Amino acid sequence: MSENKLNLTLKIWKQAGTNAPGSFETHKVTVSPDASFLEMLDELNDGLEREGKDPVAFESDCREGICGTCGLVINGHPHGPVPRVATCQLHMRNFKDGETIYIEPFRAKAFPVLRDLIVDRSAFDKIMYAGGYVSVNTGGVPDANAIPIPRDIAAEAFDAAACIGCGACVAACKNASAMLFMSAKISQLALLPQGQAERHQRVEAMVAKMDELGFGACTNTYACEAECPKGISISNIARMNREFLVSKIVSKLTD
Amino acid sequence: MSWLFRSLNSSVGKKVIMAVTGLSLISFLMIHLFGNLTLYIGREAFNAYVDTLDIIKPFIRVIEVVLAGIFILHIYNGIRLWIENRNARPVRYAVSGTAENTDFSSRTMFVTGSIIFIFLVLHLSTFWYNFNFTGHPETGSHDFYTIIVYWFSNKLYAVAYILSMALLTFHLNHAFQSAFQTFGWNHKKYFPLIKKIGLVYALIMGIGFASIPIYFSFICGGNQ
Repeated sequence: MSENKLNLTLKIWKQAGTNAPGSFETHKVTVSPDASFLEMLDELNDGLEREGKDPVAFESDCREGICGTCGLVINGHPHGPVPRVATCQLHMRNFKDGETIYIEPFRAKAFPVLRDLIVDRSAFDKIMYAGGYVSVNTGGVPDANAIPIPRDIAAEAFDAAACIGCGACVAACKNASAMLFMSAKISQLALLPQGQAERHQRVEAMVAKMDELGFGACTNTYACEAECPKGISISNIARMNREFLVSKIVSKLTD
Repeated sequence: MSWLFRSLNSSVGKKVIMAVTGLSLISFLMIHLFGNLTLYIGREAFNAYVDTLDIIKPFIRVIEVVLAGIFILHIYNGIRLWIENRNARPVRYAVSGTAENTDFSSRTMFVTGSIIFIFLVLHLSTFWYNFNFTGHPETGSHDFYTIIVYWFSNKLYAVAYILSMALLTFHLNHAFQSAFQTFGWNHKKYFPLIKKIGLVYALIMGIGFASIPIYFSFICGGNQ
């Protein structure tokens, strides 16, 4: 364990509720460089509670970078300054002694702040309900590998499926667009045989839902790809555009 | 709402409008630059080029109307997207990381586009207006080469041109590859090449157009 503790100034966004006004609150902390970012906040909250003060509300669950629950904008970067990690996997050794750290919630019209650093990301669920699924009949369990899928296609679908739905792409995008998330979900199904039947209605319904929920459009700045903790590629957005345009031309009248 | 209107009004549809109109304008710029380069051959060559355009005037007028329509659609749609995109984030970040995770061309499209629009108004109200209607602003002469020399003898006017062309270079650099991404033509096999072509194209357009005021204002200095 390192002995050289870090002295940090935290500027943390505090907001009592969705419609309440918010502002930054300043806290001084001394923390081990081996602590994770969320452990640092846990320690801060522990201290605040001991003093009878209001703790900082933030979300986390698995703390191993796979559930997509945590998500803070740290010094302007969703999930902090280190590429390809979620906030829970970010360690304090990446910060310098004496540094001031701004901690903000994901900011998007479609992600209203619930309290402090917690935002409501149910808009992502609504996009998924609109078409991010494959309809199946219940029945017997199909045999494994009954549908042959070439390895490179399976790998590409899996790369898209690595999206944990954390919302960092929306937080990073200057337009708060959900296109990287949505295109990853569309891609993972469009690449596989199981996703073919609903391919056209899926992309049209999901794009329409995203627009309805108040996310922005894509300016192709590729900030989303740069900040995504899972490295989801913007080639998925291109695939989604392709799927959308093809669907517009070939889909059934009822779609 | 009709199928077409609904389709083009979606977030992807609006991007397609930007891409189609943008690529049309990109093609137009190339033709425009080729024509302008006759200035370097000399007075007779340039005047002959403009006279040729005069012969096919009715055809040019149709193209001008189509171009105006494309410009208006590109600008209207760009402004609409900009407003909607800003509304998607009502509360801004206190600290923004966009300078680190995006490149300059991509995040300044609205600003560079707006300034290019101001340039366009200036450009049309001088050269286009003089060529088509008034002739030389002082003498009324229809020697087109002289009109070019007249305007670029104004150093301030020339500098405004050169700066606008620098911004156009940034605008085109993002525009070209962005259009391909919007159409869904992004693949690891060829997308790096598309980005390079876009950059080279933007530089050729920027340097090509800016070279004219540089030549007439600062190299020849009205000694033609």
